[in-house]
Amino acid sequence: MKVKVKVRRFNPEKDRRPYWREYKLEVQPTDRVLDLLVQIKGYQDGTLTFRRSCAHGICGSDAMVINGRNRLACKELVKDVGRTIVIEPLRGLPVIKDLAVDMAPFFRKYRSILPFLINDEQPPYSERLQSPAARERFDDTTKCILCAACTTSCPSFWANDSYVGPAAIVQAHRFIFDDRDQGAQARLAILAEADGVWRCRTIYNCVEACPRDIDITTAIGEVKKAMLVE
Amino acid sequence: MIHRYDVIVVGAGGAGLMAALYASRGARTAVISKLYPTRSHTGAAQGGIGAALGNMEEDHPEWHVFDTIKGSDYLADQDAVKILCEEAVGMVYELEHMGLPFDRTPDGRIAQRPFGGHTNNATQQPVRRACHAADRTGHMILQTVYQQCIKNNVAFFDEYQVIDLLVNDAGQVAGVTALHIDSGELYTFHAKATIFATGGFGRIWKITSNAYALTGDGVAAAYRRGIPLEDMEFYQFHPTGILGLGILLTEGVRGEGGVLINGEGERFMPRYAPTVKDLASRDVVSRSIYLEVRAGRGIGGKDYVYLDVRTDTVNKYFAQDDVKNPDGSPRRITAQDIRRKLPDISDFCKTYLQLDPVRSPLPIQPTAHYAMGGIPTNNNAEVIIDAANTVMPGFYAAGECACVSVHGANRLGTNSLVDILVFGRRAGQNAAAYAGRADWPALPAAPQEPARAALEAIRSGNGREVVAQIRTDLRALMMDNVGVFRTADMLNEALDKLRDLKDRFSRISIMDKGKRWNTELLEAWELGCMLDLAEATAVAALTRTESRGAHFREDFPERDDANWLKHSLVYLESDGQIRMDTRPVVLGLYEPARRVY
Repeated sequence: MKVKVKVRRFNPEKDRRPYWREYKLEVQPTDRVLDLLVQIKGYQDGTLTFRRSCAHGICGSDAMVINGRNRLACKELVKDVGRTIVIEPLRGLPVIKDLAVDMAPFFRKYRSILPFLINDEQPPYSERLQSPAARERFDDTTKCILCAACTTSCPSFWANDSYVGPAAIVQAHRFIFDDRDQGAQARLAILAEADGVWRCRTIYNCVEACPRDIDITTAIGEVKKAMLVE
Repeated sequence: MIHRYDVIVVGAGGAGLMAALYASRGARTAVISKLYPTRSHTGAAQGGIGAALGNMEEDHPEWHVFDTIKGSDYLADQDAVKILCEEAVGMVYELEHMGLPFDRTPDGRIAQRPFGGHTNNATQQPVRRACHAADRTGHMILQTVYQQCIKNNVAFFDEYQVIDLLVNDAGQVAGVTALHIDSGELYTFHAKATIFATGGFGRIWKITSNAYALTGDGVAAAYRRGIPLEDMEFYQFHPTGILGLGILLTEGVRGEGGVLINGEGERFMPRYAPTVKDLASRDVVSRSIYLEVRAGRGIGGKDYVYLDVRTDTVNKYFAQDDVKNPDGSPRRITAQDIRRKLPDISDFCKTYLQLDPVRSPLPIQPTAHYAMGGIPTNNNAEVIIDAANTVMPGFYAAGECACVSVHGANRLGTNSLVDILVFGRRAGQNAAAYAGRADWPALPAAPQEPARAALEAIRSGNGREVVAQIRTDLRALMMDNVGVFRTADMLNEALDKLRDLKDRFSRISIMDKGKRWNTELLEAWELGCMLDLAEATAVAALTRTESRGAHFREDFPERDDANWLKHSLVYLESDGQIRMDTRPVVLGLYEPARRVY
């Protein structure tokens, strides 16, 4: 089938402002949107710039705005997005070139919530025991691949880019509700600050954006609740 | 511009991060990666990490050792395998201590599942040895080790592409030249010790489970500096890639009871591996699939078969094979078990096949998956450069880019995750210790010049050849001629065509002449790496006139221990010629025996 792909382009070495460029190509309905970008880059326009790696929704490289929604280009099939496909870089992060945005601010937020197990007790020689129920408690938030689709879909983040954002809260949740971790208070204190969880207005864009189907708003709600209990 | 670190680590997958974590405890360490670390392909590993914890049933590291050696078709170095399997147990505990969210048994221990080639050595039956976190074990390992690197303030240079390995006149490795992708500037990283953990090169085949990033840059950079590559003819095709796409469906699907079904509705693996059936090692299963297809027994006579994990199918064969739970009760599964234990697999099938694995059989075909070969190292992860095990000072390698060799001619599932961590740790420890006692190696004169010239040649090329077309042709050629079945004729033809592709590569041009984020330039450079590694693979495959593990020569269908119980080394000489050599296999534990599953 024939499709039109409209891409928002920007080359920092040439362009003063972004512009739209349209490509026509012949594709299969089961092709991934990423396949289209690869085809354009390979055979029509080598200057088209985007990140990609695993191409099956695990590495988190290719989050972008596809027909207005934050999606991984490798998990969207042509048959589900129609014959005109409009692609833009993620919103709220500085555009470097075409679809590649500056991820450094995103990873700084991730680092700010102490994203590592905190437990200073001497562990046993073998594994610490953890019940299947305790393991299940934080399972959903372990799925996060740090693609930034959620944070860059969040109007609270667009309005104020100092907001820590849903992805960082998801990562904090993964540790706060792990019964092996002892850093909950430190993380909750960080998230209680002005740019923490209370900037979340429960808009649910993040849930709709997450390619891993993480129930992000629920996770944020659980973090808020834990804060009130503390 | 120059950065100086005691230790630099190139690559930020499991091996690189583990190396960096350990090196940073004793030396000033930096990690250079062309991707953000969490994008690395370790994250795509699914089914589990092998370690004989014995949490579900009796198991011993010695059994793991034997299975790995047998799986390797007796080509693995047995002292290295012993290290791998013995250190695996402590490594899994260490991961748990770092916070890795393993699935748990009812009594709270790390849960384990069966995997191909892992057996109870007494009964020969599959043993539960793969420690898992659902079907995203690699994702959890990558995340967890990265988290520890953050906790320990490891320095990262994200999105820097290493172009060249710096070797000085004294034959020491002195660091690397890397391109900062954002600015387009070259940087010299001057280091006392350089660790390569750059991953594999599955992108040289058309159907592959490997990420776009896996173009073998690190392996090629070493090869171009005269370092030999070991056992390049051994490349693993994983049996169960999604038809056409190559996306991996973990062996854990078969571990949970899934079976392979041909076009006649027959479960065919018992004909090839009567004891462990669908859980034979990967080389055996992939060849069996090809043989079914060749005999006209693919689905609808086509080039694929089904992976069937529907509960009726699984429970039928569980009953037929009398498969038991650890408590002795008959093993049965429900659709809910499948969804809970294989959530990502279910998601992949729905996304890419529009199929629900508990309702429909899944069309699969073998997919290029893993390089057993690579940069030769000893058990300390020091790179060695000849049959006499001469060490290249200041150079270390670990993970898929390296060849220790713990996988020999065929890797067992779950053992790559063990390998990256056990030998990544050893690389980090040994590199830091070396940096502590070594002087600064001199940088070669004009260290950036070769990298600058290589990139400039691509940028200024004005031929008519198209990078994407050469890449497509290369990948098709490797799939057709240097795949699961090989003959001298096929390989000679491949070498002729590779020369033609290389010639075309010298006449490419690219559209993007800019500096910043010039991924077109990088893709062209990566294609050069792929061409070199494809050629090394084909030459090594032509040279080895026997069949062993993943290397199957139809014109030499038997294993030939008298002549070929040895590792191959392929050298790229300075005049561009390729030279082959060999080095002995370390035996000592198990004598080579006929391999039956």
